[in-house]
Amino acid sequence: MSVTKKFTYINRKAPYGSVYALESLEVVLIGAAFEQEVQLVFVDDGVYQLTKGQSTDGIGMKNFSKTYAALGDYDVNQIYVCEQSLADRGLTLDDLQALTYEDEDDDWAEKSSMNLVNREQLADLISDADVLLNF
Amino acid sequence: MSTLHTVNKSPFERNSLDTCLLLIKNDSTVLLIEDGVAGALQNTTASQSISDAMGEGVKFAVLGEDLNARGLSADRVIDGISVVDYAGFVQLAVDHDNVQNWL
Repeated sequence: MSVTKKFTYINRKAPYGSVYALESLEVVLIGAAFEQEVQLVFVDDGVYQLTKGQSTDGIGMKNFSKTYAALGDYDVNQIYVCEQSLADRGLTLDDLQALTYEDEDDDWAEKSSMNLVNREQLADLISDADVLLNF
Repeated sequence: MSTLHTVNKSPFERNSLDTCLLLIKNDSTVLLIEDGVAGALQNTTASQSISDAMGEGVKFAVLGEDLNARGLSADRVIDGISVVDYAGFVQLAVDHDNVQNWL
């Protein structure tokens, strides 16, 4: 009998300035192979990881932002973005990639993976996690 | 002595920009690079401190390549901050007597 646990990844760093964002994404993709329940939380500077239109040609680093769009194919479709973190940074949900997944229980209908959450909801997500991974 | 101050940390994560703005002289320039470019955007919790320093005569620049990498559009940068490229970065270093890096 396999046990399914809730893995909650907390992402709090901007991309490119440090390696945390890329490392987190790689761990999420590896972890997705184990068929556990996965939740991704983007809070504080972590919200910059999901901005649209990233172009790294000028800084000579790999642009990994397009990989987030593949998460839905790995059954990673619970993505939570802190609304206060966006507001503090002059951003809105429209500035972020509209990540989606196909719902196998609903004739593969395309649905949004993006959830805007407040601090209370974030506290609940952290409190309810079986495994917390921080980047 | 004019000084170029570079800030490469996000103002929302570290106090590098705050300390820079506390200790900067009015004939100096702040260049925001790497994660520091997040501070250049309008309507953030850091915008007011930059506008205040600008009012005191401090000049501001931001590295366009680092804005582009993070999907942050140059047209959302605070009015009065000039967007420069790497050649502009070098020119700023040449134009000032010294460089202080707020790591």
